[in-house]
Amino acid sequence: MLSKLFSFNGGVKPDPNKSLSTREPIARLALPPQLVIPLHQHIGGTPRPLVSVGDKVLRGQRIGAADGNVSSAVHAPTSGHVVAIEPRPMPHASGLSSPAVVIEPDGQDIAIEREPFDWHAAAPGEIRDFLRDAGVVGLGGAVFPSHLKLNPGKSGHTDTLVINGAECEPFITCDDMLMRAEPGNILRGALIMQRMLAAKQVLVALEDNKPEAAVALKAAAQALGHASLEVVVVPTRYPAGGAKQLIRVLTGIEVPHGSRSTDFGVQCFNVATALAVWRALEHGEPLTRRIVTVTGNVERPRNFDVAIGTPISHLFAAAGLKPDTDKLIMGGPMMGIPLPNIDAPVVKATNCLLASSPTLFAPPEPELPCIRCGECARACPADLQPFELYWHSRARNFGRAQEYKLFDCIECGCCAYVCPSHIPLVDYYRYAKSEIWARERDKDAADSARERFEFRNWRADREKEEKAAKLAARNAAKPAVKPTDGAGDAATAADDPKKALIEAAMARARAQKEAVAAKNTDALTPAQQAQIDVAEERRKRASALSGSDAPAE
Amino acid sequence: MITALIVMAGLALVLGATLGAASVLFKTQGDPLVDKIDAILPQTQCGQCGYPGCKPYATAIAGGDADINQCPPGGDEGVRKLADLLGREYKPLNAEHGIEKPKSVAVIDEATCIGCTLCIQACPVDAIVGAAKQMHTIVADLCTGCELCVPPCPADCIDMVPVAETVDNWKWRYPVFELKVQPATLPAKEAA
Amino acid sequence: MYNSPYLRQNTSVRRVMVTVLVAMLPAIALQVWLFGIGLLLQIAIASATALACEAAMLSLRRRPVARALGDGSALVTAWLIAVCLPPLLPWWMIVIGTSFAIVIGKHLYGGLGQNPFNPAMLAYCVLIISFPALMSQWPGLQGSDAATQLDWVLGGERVLDAVTGATPLDALRTGLLGNADVSAVMQSAAFGHLGGAGWEWVALAWGAGGLLLLALRIITWHIPVAFLGAMSLVSGVAWLIDPSHHASPAFHLLAGGTMLGAFFIATDPVSGATTPRGKLIFAAGIALIAWLIRAFGAYPDGIAFAVLLLNICVPLIDIKTQPPVFGHKVEPPEGGTR
Ligand code: SF4
Ligand code: SF4
Ligand code: SF4
Ligand code: SF4
Repeated sequence: MLSKLFSFNGGVKPDPNKSLSTREPIARLALPPQLVIPLHQHIGGTPRPLVSVGDKVLRGQRIGAADGNVSSAVHAPTSGHVVAIEPRPMPHASGLSSPAVVIEPDGQDIAIEREPFDWHAAAPGEIRDFLRDAGVVGLGGAVFPSHLKLNPGKSGHTDTLVINGAECEPFITCDDMLMRAEPGNILRGALIMQRMLAAKQVLVALEDNKPEAAVALKAAAQALGHASLEVVVVPTRYPAGGAKQLIRVLTGIEVPHGSRSTDFGVQCFNVATALAVWRALEHGEPLTRRIVTVTGNVERPRNFDVAIGTPISHLFAAAGLKPDTDKLIMGGPMMGIPLPNIDAPVVKATNCLLASSPTLFAPPEPELPCIRCGECARACPADLQPFELYWHSRARNFGRAQEYKLFDCIECGCCAYVCPSHIPLVDYYRYAKSEIWARERDKDAADSARERFEFRNWRADREKEEKAAKLAARNAAKPAVKPTDGAGDAATAADDPKKALIEAAMARARAQKEAVAAKNTDALTPAQQAQIDVAEERRKRASALSGSDAPAE
Repeated sequence: MITALIVMAGLALVLGATLGAASVLFKTQGDPLVDKIDAILPQTQCGQCGYPGCKPYATAIAGGDADINQCPPGGDEGVRKLADLLGREYKPLNAEHGIEKPKSVAVIDEATCIGCTLCIQACPVDAIVGAAKQMHTIVADLCTGCELCVPPCPADCIDMVPVAETVDNWKWRYPVFELKVQPATLPAKEAA
Repeated sequence: MYNSPYLRQNTSVRRVMVTVLVAMLPAIALQVWLFGIGLLLQIAIASATALACEAAMLSLRRRPVARALGDGSALVTAWLIAVCLPPLLPWWMIVIGTSFAIVIGKHLYGGLGQNPFNPAMLAYCVLIISFPALMSQWPGLQGSDAATQLDWVLGGERVLDAVTGATPLDALRTGLLGNADVSAVMQSAAFGHLGGAGWEWVALAWGAGGLLLLALRIITWHIPVAFLGAMSLVSGVAWLIDPSHHASPAFHLLAGGTMLGAFFIATDPVSGATTPRGKLIFAAGIALIAWLIRAFGAYPDGIAFAVLLLNICVPLIDIKTQPPVFGHKVEPPEGGTR
């Protein structure tokens, strides 16, 4: 029995606005005329397509295979034909495109024959591979491949498995409705995860603003009768649903940025992920559908059970988008990303689609200078000093921003929520982070270019050395036929023609190079430099060679 | 007065001796300055700086033979970083050496490539694969965009294509700072 | 184009500043009631000067004038200057002080949020260094009628006798310099029960305003608690050691600008320390230096100088007191803890 809850610093209490979309039960949304299934929907490698244009696919058929282990598979949500494999606009703040498989459903929804998989008897490694190929990734929004997290870490066991149903963001209710609808299967999924992680206890946590879900879960837990399984109701405070914050609330453990929570004996999964694990293992159903909350400025806000790949416009049509909508958001109002394109598809990360209107979310008031009031620091759940991060990010002083632990920022938005100067603080952090990542990419590229350049120079040197060595050997053979006048003389005599020969060879090579790269004097310079170096090297080597050869003859 | 002078002189001697000893004791190995400069240079190896590659340019800067504003691929930011590292005054990029361009990669038109291998010989980072009389291809990930392969190609089949923005390399923009009345007054302010 | 969070708390700089102004009202009202309406005129002059200077500077710097004027920060500076200065100063001194605070103390450093020094205290220090005599003339309790007060503020002939000229702190200093001991000085009429007649009530009113700021979460407890705690501690120790030359902690808490300083001046966020531990150090430092100046220095009250001195130390204090970041508080445990 969990006797004590901990607490995290900071946090805010925005108006939850959840009741909008919980009035109606989850509705299964009809298939659209076309499904656009992006290949890359998760953290990790981009899956390679397994189908080609014109192919017939079945429901549950794998259309993209995991690229290495840090990746996850992608499946067809229904039967139909592949009409295109091409870049399509993504539900991404950039609005850019990336490769997707476009399927035209045939309306028959024929399932692929499932390969039998007995997870009760399977080893954890096999289950992990199975889950990877079933495309199970974290459905809370981070879309990290779940099989990678279902590994107990160094110690071989885990203390606590946390199943996250906190859902702290305002407006979002997809987990709430799922917990009400399928509490038993969520818990069964959690028990599978418990077995894989060798976890001593399972804590299913949800915020106290979801009493119906709590009742359903508690009843289901009782029915399952597992002593190590417990449903915990935590106080409502944004961002209690952040994995790190929830782990802190339940166990008192703070997992720092950049380390794995398993090393601290805890692991955390979203409730929908637990259900996906259960469905994949028990029913052989890969992850092809998810619950999406459609809310905000719509006529009929509610939760939909949709096929992944359904265009977002299709969902808004079903919910009735109001005409004064000024922007679309994927995710909640605190952390959601703007959607530049309404035709982008629902992906595994899409938990909520939020229509905004100027009355619902007023455009921010103009930004004023930071008055260092410290409100943001008091609200920050990561115990950061947001105004310092802001100051250095704004000044593009990224090194300093990193010293103030920019990458520990979870972008929860609490700081910007409370800032009296209306500074878009998180925008500055996103900007700084992506600049830093870009610089790291550039740096890696530069490092590899340097290596390759040096390798190439080394190889060029070696080739020339070999050529010159051959020449020298041939040359050394000639005077050896003549009678020797004396060691010293022979050395000098042998030296001079050798040198001359090398110079001649160099000149030839140079001439050749010039002929080759006549239009490109820039390219010539490194070649010349390399040749001069080689010549010096050769001279030394040649004299040493003849010096040791001569006495022997 | 005399004692003060003696004390000061003594102090100066002691401190000088300590500094001298420290510089001998803690002498750094090699020439880390060249490496530090080289680490800032973009490693495009294009030679636009007038030196056969980034390392020689770095050596020249460290030796005081070259200025810090000769590397167009490194751009303005590169110059600033060098100025920072070396404690020198920032100066804008020297246009004689070229101008800063968006990063591009070379692409071979595979239909017209005659397989002459001339571009392979020109590429400083071995980013081109192919063999004699076969079609050549450029590995985009390895290409630094130095353009050295463009002039040697007798079939003129190499094009420089700017690197496209993708979901993976897209960057969040700098938030608009709304303090100023109008952008027109910005340059005046910055000059001040 | 703007990004998440799309939800914002209903808050603004103007709201913060207006709350501060409201919290100043009880003490101002009491001071007016006790010492006459000169203060009101002073506040009006300071406010007008501050707004005019702010507007002029903003337009010179090509910033949106209306928006920045509306944030109320200039008014807070103006009011703080007005309540720190002795009432009945000639108007041009108030104008000099306020414009110095806004133009040099604030805008030359980059405007709102950029000034390293508390502008009001900068103004106070400039005035007390430039016009030490005028700055020590405080009117007595109900010392003069409204008409005379207005006349003085507007630059009329000053009848020095009517200005009793001594605040309790001043009287104490002069008394001690004249080799009287504390209890003897305290006998005089200017001293009420604790901090000087009338003054102790004004101090309590400042304290009440400060509690309002605390309750509304405009300020945190750190600065007032550390300020008053350190002030009581140092003055208490000195008083215990030598009660004949040092006033009691109660006197120090209620005299001069202690309460005003603890709740309204040291809590200025822009020029103060920002980390919790830093705030404690910052406020304790001000209290310590202020007491040293009161006890041993050449000026009767030292809060303004102490604030400026500690303002200089803020970057260092902040860097040295960065609170630990989530997850970086302890070394990672070996396997779980539960
Ligand atoms: S809340 Fe805003 S104004 Fe206050 S310190 Fe943070 S960034 Fe600055
Ligand atoms: S967005 Fe980052 S800095 Fe702001 S409150 Fe959240 S964790 Fe802290
Ligand atoms: S110009 Fe820059 S990138 Fe090109 S070789 Fe010189 S230093 Fe390297
Ligand atoms: S492929 Fe061409 S442009 Fe790219 S690195 Fe090689 S020579 Fe330079």
